[in-house]
Order: sequence, then C-alpha cells, then structure tokens
Amino acid sequence: MNPTPRRQRPGGERPGAVKCIYDWFERRLQLEGPVKDAALHQVPRDTASWWYVFGSAAFTLFLLQIVTGILLALVYVPSAGQAWNSLNVLNHQIELGWFLRALHGWGSNFMVAIVLIHMAQVFLFGSYKFPRELTWILGVFLLLMTLGMAFTGQVLRFDQDSYWGLGIGASIVSRVPFIGGGLVHLLLGGPIIAGDTLSRFFALHVFIIPGALLLFAALHIWMVLKLGINEWPMPGRLVHRATYIAEYNKLAHEDGIPFIPGAFWKDLVFSGAMLAAVAVCAFVFGPFGPSGQPDPSIIQTVPKPDFFFLWIYTALAYLPPEMETPFMLIAPLLAIALLLVIPFWAGEGEKSWHRRPVAVLAVSTIAICFGVLTQLGTTTPWSPHMNAWSSDTIPVHYLKTATPLVRQGAVVFQAKQCRNCHSIGGVGGQRGPALDDVATRMTIDQLRFKVVTGGGNMPAYGKNLSAAEVTAVVSFLETLHPANEPPAYDAARRAVENAHGLPAPAAPPAGSPASPAANP
Amino acid sequence: MNNSPNKPDTGPEIGPASTMAGNEDPRLVSRRWFLFKASIALNGIVGVVLAVPIVRYLLSPWRKDASYKSWISLGSADSFPTGETRLAFYKNPSAHPWDGQTDNVACYVRRMATDQFRVFAINCAHLGCPVRWFPQSQLFMCPCHGGVYYADGSRASGPPERGLFTYDWQVVSGELRIDAGQMPTLSNTAKLVKVSLGQGDGSCQG
Repeated sequence: MNPTPRRQRPGGERPGAVKCIYDWFERRLQLEGPVKDAALHQVPRDTASWWYVFGSAAFTLFLLQIVTGILLALVYVPSAGQAWNSLNVLNHQIELGWFLRALHGWGSNFMVAIVLIHMAQVFLFGSYKFPRELTWILGVFLLLMTLGMAFTGQVLRFDQDSYWGLGIGASIVSRVPFIGGGLVHLLLGGPIIAGDTLSRFFALHVFIIPGALLLFAALHIWMVLKLGINEWPMPGRLVHRATYIAEYNKLAHEDGIPFIPGAFWKDLVFSGAMLAAVAVCAFVFGPFGPSGQPDPSIIQTVPKPDFFFLWIYTALAYLPPEMETPFMLIAPLLAIALLLVIPFWAGEGEKSWHRRPVAVLAVSTIAICFGVLTQLGTTTPWSPHMNAWSSDTIPVHYLKTATPLVRQGAVVFQAKQCRNCHSIGGVGGQRGPALDDVATRMTIDQLRFKVVTGGGNMPAYGKNLSAAEVTAVVSFLETLHPANEPPAYDAARRAVENAHGLPAPAAPPAGSPASPAANP
Repeated sequence: MNNSPNKPDTGPEIGPASTMAGNEDPRLVSRRWFLFKASIALNGIVGVVLAVPIVRYLLSPWRKDASYKSWISLGSADSFPTGETRLAFYKNPSAHPWDGQTDNVACYVRRMATDQFRVFAINCAHLGCPVRWFPQSQLFMCPCHGGVYYADGSRASGPPERGLFTYDWQVVSGELRIDAGQMPTLSNTAKLVKVSLGQGDGSCQG
C-alpha cells in the first residue's frame, strides 16, 4: 500500500481511533499488502493436511528456544569458572529458573525431533524436486545448524558430560590428517578444554549459529511462499521441469483454498500442542543436569552424550579400529553431500512414496538404525561397569556349597575387576559375555588359557594373576553352569587320565554334589 | 508462482522503480556507473585490509604445540612409590583466572625403578575419556567405549588404536617434572596405527 489521502467513508462516518492508529502505521510500514499476499495465497486443497504441520512447528519451537535462551542468558555466566555454579543457581535459587532451563532443554529435544520428522516427511512427499531444490538444500543446512545448536548447547551446560563430550569432539577433530592439531586448537580456543573453550561455544550458541539459523529459516519460508506448498503427491503424477509450474498453478487455483484459514489452523493447533508438550515435559521431568562439576581431576565419571548424539557414540563403540577414522571424517561429509545432491539427482519424476520404494526403504533403514543405535547407547553394553567389582556381590546360591578353593576363586573374580565386564546373575558389566553358564561353553583348560592370555576383547591376565589365583578363579568359573547341564570337558584328556588311573575330572551328573554351585 | 492472487490494486508508487535515466547524457550515466563501481572497489579493498587482522585473530589459537607446553612439577619424585601407579595433578601452564577447575589436569605416574618413570595422560587414546586405574588387576579401563590398557600403558583390548599417551619426564633436584600443557590427542599421529599389543609408547606431543 502507499500513502493515500485519508478517505472519507460514505455517509461522512469518521473512522474510529483504532483504525486511525492502524492507518498511521500502515501508511508508513506498508506491510498490509505483502502480509495479505502471504496469508491469502492459494494452496492446493490437499495440502491442508496434518502431514504438513511439521515445518511450522519446528519454527515455533525455534522461537521458543530464542525466547527461553534469552531469558536464561539473563542469569547464565559464560565463564568456565562460574557457568556450572550459575546453572545450579538457576536450578535451585532463582524462582522458576529450573522451569526455564527445562523448557529450553526439552524445547531443544523437541526441535531436533520435529526437524528430523519434517525432513523425513518432505523427503517421502518428494517435495525436494523441481522447483524446490534450494528449499531442500537450505533445509539440510537448517538441520545441521539445529544439530550444531544441540551440541553447543550441551557444551554450555558446562558439566562433566559436557567437558568430556568436548574431549571426544577434540579427539575426533584431531584425526583430520595434517591440520588436525591446529583444528583442535581452534575448536578449543587453546591447548586444553578451559575458559576459552566455553567462551567460543557461547558465541557459537548465542550469536553465530542462531543468526545463521534465523537467516536460513527466513529464506526457507520465503521460498515456501514464493514457490507454493508442495502438492499432495499422487502416484503417476510426474514432475517435468517444462510443465510443472503451470500444472501447480492450475491445481492451486482450480482446486485450491487460501492458506489462511484453510491450511494454517492445523499448523497452529500442532504448534500449540508441541509447545504444550514441551511445557508438560519440562514441568514433569525437569531440567537436564548439570551433572558433576567440569573438573578434569575428577575421573570417577562415566561421560555420555545427549540423546541425539548417542547413536554416534554407539557407532564409535562398535566400529573396528581401522574403520573409525574414515567413519568419523568421511562418512559425515558423504552423508551431507548425498543430501545436497538428492534434488539434482532426482529432481524430476515420481513424487509419491507409493512408487518410490528406495526412498521408503532408506527412511525406514535410517530410522531403525537410529532407534537401535540410540537404544544401545542408553544401555552401553560395551562399557565396563566401573564399580561392579566392589558393589555387585555374587549371588549367595552360587557359593552355598562351594569348596574353599571355589570361594577363593570368587574372591579373585571380584577383586580383579572381572565383574566390571562380565555379569553374573544378571548383574555386572556387559562388555564381555555373561558367565552364568560359561562352564558349559569352555573346558577347564580353555578357561585357564583365556584367563591367562586373553584374546578378542579380553585383556591377558597372565601378568596380573599368580598361578594360585588363576587356579582359584578357573575353579570358580568351572562351577558356573545350570543344574541340569554338565560342564564342558575334554574327552581326550579324560581318556588319558583314565589310562593313567587318575581320577576323572568333570562330567559329574547334573545337579550332583560334585557340582556345588550349579545354578538353580 | 502463486504468490499474489489477491494483490490489491495500488496506485502509483513512491520509489525508485518508475524513473529511469531515459534522456540523460550517456556520459553522465557512465560516470555515475564508474563512481558506483569505484565505490564498490574501495569497500572491497577496505574489506580485504580488515579481513587480514580478523582472520589472524581468529586463527590465533592455532599455534605450534611447543608454544603451549612447558616443564611442570608433579612434586617430589619420592612421593611416587616404586612399582606403583599413582594419580597426580598439575595446573595447566596456560591458565586464565576464569578457567575455574578446568585447568586442574590429572595424569598417572608409574615408577618402575628408582630412576625410571612413566607418566601417562589420563585421556583414552580412543576418544579422550578419562581412564581409571585398577591396581588389583593392574589395568586401566575406560568408561566410555571399554578401552583397556595394561600397566605399562600398552593397549590390552577395546577400540583404542594404540596405547596410552605418555608425557616426557625428567627428575630435577628430586622433583618429577613432565613436559605438558596440551590435551593429548592423535593429532600428531593421525595416520592409523596398527593395532597390536605393546604399543604403549608414543609421547604426548599431540
């Protein structure tokens, strides 16, 4: 609109005061036209769907993060020496500070989740095809920045997990050939994780990434307005560069509705529901951490990354060593490159998921991998239980009728931290196999050999156990078998011993007194 | 595309769109374009001049390892009993007052003989998590991904590609000193190290 002389209404009725004020601003701002254009533009009728609500919800959550982030910044001290204390003040001393922290933390989780769901949805609906390639590409960067916000936010919660998470980040960066050392210095702002590190992550989390996110999100939404919302994909309706725009315009005009209110009310409902869900989670579950102090001299810690990075943590536990550096350095670049290339590689053709089996398979595979790796990451079966040797006792019935040698073996088993990696009775580490029925799998000679020389993921204990200790612990392991299943024995050895008139070992009848600790 | 189906009918607009230098002297126009381009070039030059100090400022942490490191005392050598591995602490040399506890760095000191030490970084060679020493089983265990090391720092099992990082040490007038100041990483051995037993050597240059 442009400044026009004040109109006299028919009948000489003077406009009201509100209208006067509105007009005064509108004559100067001239926003009515563009806003009306955006609000009332025609969209294909099918897009007024609950499947199309994730993008706006992601943006709403981003706005929530900005608001709660600014509110937290009123109190938070971005100093390595004081950040942890200021978070505890927020949690415990400032009225509802815990709730604001919880809102920000849960808002972050919800935002990452919704962004991922949004991405999967637009991928399955073929939205990245012509002419929306750039919208998709900006979306890929928005995803990366969202993950960047999640990681830098985890650093700002400056506790033990955050400290050692930075250490993991630095260790990954250090594997870059030639310039790895310099990159570590840049990442940490110096030689170690310290004050300079937190300061630069604060700048990243509060200024750099959110600024870029805002800009990219604005362009992303601008293009959605300019190019129109992707129509509901119909099997057989193919995208051709030459004809698509005319077809879309026809669809939007002949079977279209204005964006507001026809489609937008569902966005509003879903965004509101997400905000409410964040608030409920924040209220019920409370804020995340901070865990222990970020003091590297406290080594009694079991660092773990936040939820959305657990899958990487898992992958790094399971990869063979020679695959790790390539995975850490090349796989992310390949994945990003693949995402960026998709709209050019498959910019035309079928949009419907009904006729894109590879797309459906890819999304399901990624989702399943993410789910499985995250689940494993929450239980970390590869991590030794550092306190199992001293805190988890051996169930009494295992030792009730045991000989003194077997009992001594159980003591050795506990004292030498075997329990940290091997569970008995369902308790203990899961790094190595559970040993409840190990005697059925290995003969006494095999047990002795394994204990002394190690192998696979088992350290060799030969140097760390005396011969008597080895004998004791192997005797104990030999009793670990179910009552109805005899321990494994070496037939050849028994034959030799029989020939020499020695008492035959092993193979006692199941549940007999010779097998004192047989599991019930 | 379909962006303005209901665009209201607006009157003549104030703004730059409608007037073009239709009948102006072409020499005048070309002079304006020259000045425009010259002003862009001027800003480009200023931008480059400003970029140099900005980039140098940004890259300032990127320094040679040696410039971060120095010899630091871990206390009297006699406080480390022969044949044992002890946790020791030092304050990182490049400390700021606002570092809080983050510049309290831990390391493991193993005294093999009266004049033989080995000082291990606390960081697992896999991803830098803090390894814990278990004197009963004479093993270092990492809580993150289950890396295990023998008492001499060599790799026992798990994902690490090499043994624990070690610091260079010296004993000066009864004090054990180590050459430290930087978080040890694989950055000086970014190539893959063949996994085998007994690779505990390798200093904390990284």
